[in-house]
Parts: sequence; structure tokens; C-alpha cells
Amino acid sequence: MAAESVFAAGAGVAGGTVAGGAAGAVPRFYLTREHHPENGTLFGFWLYLMSDCLVFACLFATYAVLGRNYAGGPTGGELFDLPLVAVNTSLLLLSSITYGFAMLEVQRGRLRTTLVWLGITGLLGAGFIGIELTEFTHLIHEGAGPQRSAFLSSFFTLVGTHGLHVTFGIVWLITLMVQSAKHGLIPENRRRLMCLSMFWHFLDVVWIGVFTFVYLMGVLP
Amino acid sequence: MAGGTGEAGGHGHGGDGGHGSDGHGHGDGGAAHLTLRGYATGFFAAVFLTAIPFWLVMGKTFGSSNTTAALILAFAAVQIVVHMVYFLHMSPKSEGGWNLLALLFTIMLVVIALSGSLWVMYHLNHNMMPASMMNMHSMP
Repeated sequence: MAAESVFAAGAGVAGGTVAGGAAGAVPRFYLTREHHPENGTLFGFWLYLMSDCLVFACLFATYAVLGRNYAGGPTGGELFDLPLVAVNTSLLLLSSITYGFAMLEVQRGRLRTTLVWLGITGLLGAGFIGIELTEFTHLIHEGAGPQRSAFLSSFFTLVGTHGLHVTFGIVWLITLMVQSAKHGLIPENRRRLMCLSMFWHFLDVVWIGVFTFVYLMGVLP
Repeated sequence: MAGGTGEAGGHGHGGDGGHGSDGHGHGDGGAAHLTLRGYATGFFAAVFLTAIPFWLVMGKTFGSSNTTAALILAFAAVQIVVHMVYFLHMSPKSEGGWNLLALLFTIMLVVIALSGSLWVMYHLNHNMMPASMMNMHSMP
């Protein structure tokens, strides 16, 4: 289908130039659809996510190398509050499923329930960020800020980058809620919601790595 | 529940009138069919796969750190696959296989970056041991 469209596009251009001279002999072609592959946006966004994945891979590698260099400072076992991390993890996981519910409502074309689920997702995300910021301020207050040791530098960089992603995800979420409320579930908004869905679930995937590799393995003796 | 999935999230470009009857059924590309069952399955699997590592570590189930570490890494790997399949709707067919290809390439780069860093830095640490300690070994 896509290849056909491209052909039609090429023929259309050729036909346009020739048609000036000998009209009638040349059949006219109309480009009825844009001639790039359908849902190119979603694939492009997927590629963005993959490159983002590489960013996180570098940060994980940094943490893997530096994560045990405490410089005589506090260790992960002394600093990490696992019950809090468990709460945070469940908030993010819940926000993933509520975003899924929102997408199901988008599929059914129900605007109001979509907005409700998106709102709940945003609140859960905000709760996640709130707890993370509390944890960070607590650490810095205890003198375990990013400048204390290589371990803490890499910890703050990795977890902070993830938190920053979630923050921007929330900003994006609010933007899309406003747009959907204003224009309805038009194809453009559906596409954008689909992209944000991928982004949001992707952040949850990264968080699996964070809570396993940083928090759980960090407290192991 | 699955009503109207065909035309739901499909037309990324506001394709007005363009798509005929031919082969456009998979308009959703990355996510052909969103179902409650799929999301629920993924969610409960994820809860299960998250709870066990936390329980293993917080309950100090195993004496050995290495056993625990290996187990929770395995759980994380499985959970990542669960999220990819049920939440990100990854399948060999999505976007005609290009999604999966990009993912596999990324995984390859991630593995190289992680294992390479650890490998290089391990040997660097080993070789850059303070001179006094190196000399200890060679002394009679």
C-alpha cells in the first residue's frame, strides 16, 4: 500500500510537468494520502526511546563502575529506605496500568473517562516524583549529596535523570489532557497519546532496572 | 470490550478517505489490539515479579548476596520482557518487524556498553593497584 502511494506520488509529479504540454494524453494522478509509511510517527518515537535507552545504559554503566566507591562515606545499605522504594515502585506500576486503562478508553472513543484515567496517572506520577524529591532532600540534608562520593554522584545522576523524564512525562500528560479536552479524541491526539503511552511504559521499564540494580542490589552486603 | 479496536487508534495522519479496503487492518501499527485482558495480565505479572525481589532482599531470604543478586536480576529481566510485551505491545509483527529489530540492536549496544565498562574498569582497577601492593607480590 505504501509503495503504491509512493509510486502514485512520483507519477503525479511527472504527470504535472507533462500535462502542461499535452493534456488529455497523460492520465492524472492524485495523491490521496501522504506518502510516508503509515504510523511513521510511532516508529520514529520508538527509535527515540531506543536512543534514550542508550542514555540510560551509559548511566547504568557509570553506576555499575562507581557504585561501590564510597570514599569513606555512607553506603547504599545505610542510606536506602527500601519500604519507601517499594511504595515508589508500586506508584509507578499503578500509573502504568492506569495509563493502559486510559488507552482502552481512547480506543472506545470515550473522552471523559480517558481524561479521568489520565488524571489519575498524572497524580500517581506526581506522587512518585514527590517521594523521590523527599528522598533526595533527605539524603542531601544528611550530607549524602551528589558531591560526597563517586557512588552518590552516579546514584543522583541515574535516578535524577529518570525522575526528570517522569517530570517531563507529566508535563506532556497535562498538555495532552488540555488538548484532548479542547479538540476531542481526534486522530492527532490519539497518535500523541499513543506516543506518550510508549514513553510512560518505557520509563517504568527503566525503573525496573533502577530498583533492582541500584536499590535492591545496593543494600546487599 | 474489544469493540471498535480496528479503527480506533489507527490513523496517525488523519488519513481522510484514503484507505480503502485493502490490507489496512493493522492500522495501529505498534499496538494492534489493546485489551483489558492484556493490560491486566501484564499488571499482575509485574506485581508478582516486583514483590518477590523486594521480599528476597528485605526478608534476607538467602544468606549469600550473590545468589540473591543473581535471582533479582533474573526477575528484573523477566519483568522487562513482560512490560515490553503487555504494556509496550512489542511483537515481531509491530511496524513490520522494525520495532523488534531496533530493540535488538539497542539491546546489543546496551550489553556492549555495560559489560565492556565493567570489564575494562575491573582490569584497570586490578592493574592500577598501589605500587606497594604490587611489590609485595614480587618481593622474596
